[in-house]
Amino acid sequence: MFQNIGEMLALLWRTLQALPLTWRHRHKVYDQLFEIGNASLLMACILSLFIGGVIALQTGPLLAERGLSGYIGGIVGNAICKELAPVMMSILIAGRIGSAMAAEIGSMRVYQEIDALRTMNINPVHYLVLPRLVAISCALPILVVFSIMVGWMGGALVAVYNNQIGISFQAYFSNLRELVDLGKVVNGLFKSFIFAVVIGVVSCHQGLQTIGGPRGIGRSVTKAVVNSIVLILILDYFVTRFLMYLD
Amino acid sequence: MNAPVTTQQGVRVTVRGLRRSFLGQPVLKGLSFEVDRGEIFVVMGPSGSGKSVLLKHIIGLETPDEGEILIEGESIQSPGVMDKYRMAMVFQSGALFNSLTVGENVGLYLSEHRLQAPDEIARIVTEKLEIVGLRGQENRSPSELSGGMKKRVAIARALVIEPQLILYDEPTSELDPLMAVTIGDEVIKLNRRIRVTSIVVTHDRDLAFGIADRIALMADGQILTVGKPAEVRSNPHPQIQKFLTADFNHNKERTPL
Repeated sequence: MFQNIGEMLALLWRTLQALPLTWRHRHKVYDQLFEIGNASLLMACILSLFIGGVIALQTGPLLAERGLSGYIGGIVGNAICKELAPVMMSILIAGRIGSAMAAEIGSMRVYQEIDALRTMNINPVHYLVLPRLVAISCALPILVVFSIMVGWMGGALVAVYNNQIGISFQAYFSNLRELVDLGKVVNGLFKSFIFAVVIGVVSCHQGLQTIGGPRGIGRSVTKAVVNSIVLILILDYFVTRFLMYLD
Repeated sequence: MNAPVTTQQGVRVTVRGLRRSFLGQPVLKGLSFEVDRGEIFVVMGPSGSGKSVLLKHIIGLETPDEGEILIEGESIQSPGVMDKYRMAMVFQSGALFNSLTVGENVGLYLSEHRLQAPDEIARIVTEKLEIVGLRGQENRSPSELSGGMKKRVAIARALVIEPQLILYDEPTSELDPLMAVTIGDEVIKLNRRIRVTSIVVTHDRDLAFGIADRIALMADGQILTVGKPAEVRSNPHPQIQKFLTADFNHNKERTPL
């Protein structure tokens, strides 16, 4: 495990060193951005709508019983933007995009395409890892912005149309504006950026480490997704503590 | 990433005491030989004898446990050698990039190293594809090509580098006899045109004796003999004779219908 972590940190370092070459590889970055956005935006919106809705459904009646239904906007707003949107979107992207990255790079490794790159004196980190890491680091925070907005809307719909809660849109968003400021949204975006780097590095590393045939590719994909999710959930605690300390 | 700097055609390759084990299992057991500039050197041997692993060591994809590989006297592992000499490898599977078109595959070296303008790259790609008989296939995907066409695209991709050393890993495996002859002819033509040093790994006896200046016969991680085709053919070593004369026996015993 420690060897894997060391290798991933080394891969991250080599990719960071290659960052000045990003402009040169911009077309590959655009391709990856399109891939991530195209594959995930609709799913991200549907997921967020229902996450927002279920938070409102779980908390709304309890607050209403105690005459605190006016606070539902703030509770849903904070939960979505600080925690649920970054974490749930990261898990979604680990499943959809991290697996695709590991599978693509893994099959390139198995079918000697990466060896072919090296014989042409083309650095696989520059050619394969850099565009993917840059793209996912940009795309995930953007998806989280969508997720936050749609999640708030999902919460609002339940808060307004559920009989046990039944507050107005105006009251919901007024409370949300009162309790959620830009700093809290940035807090969630920062988290999602960290998680994006984790997904990119873990998935590319697993892809590059693939050995064997199709079974090896399958193993790498599973490891990429599972390791990414485990690391996201562990890091979430420490990043949250760090951000609370900064507050 | 730099473009290679030397202009001479053909490099001398020296392999000295090469040893390599995987999981404690020795695969290469102290190989030593030398390949002259502009020579077609064929490494033959049965499957699993370590030929492909040897090739990967020669181009620097693997690091030996012991011994060294020298390109014009400089170790392949020393920094800058890959930049200094132009080397290419034609993989057994072709190793074409499925996400790129045939034209993009062939021009990848030039475009990634920014050695030419896009128009010039397109011209060079067309020229190299024409050499391997694939003119007009630039926009096709590798998945649409037959095994033989993939191999020829891989050779065209290697040609773009204008290599001083070209390594072929089983260039005729999975090919019909006519296509195998075409590929063999390409290896010879290329060698004559640009005096590139060629190292060909194969277990195809017809190809080996058809194109080689010299042949090394490998078995079980060791070189049994190195010499001109006629010398290898006349070598009395039982293992060599067994490999060179292996044939079906049951046809002789079968009674005619």
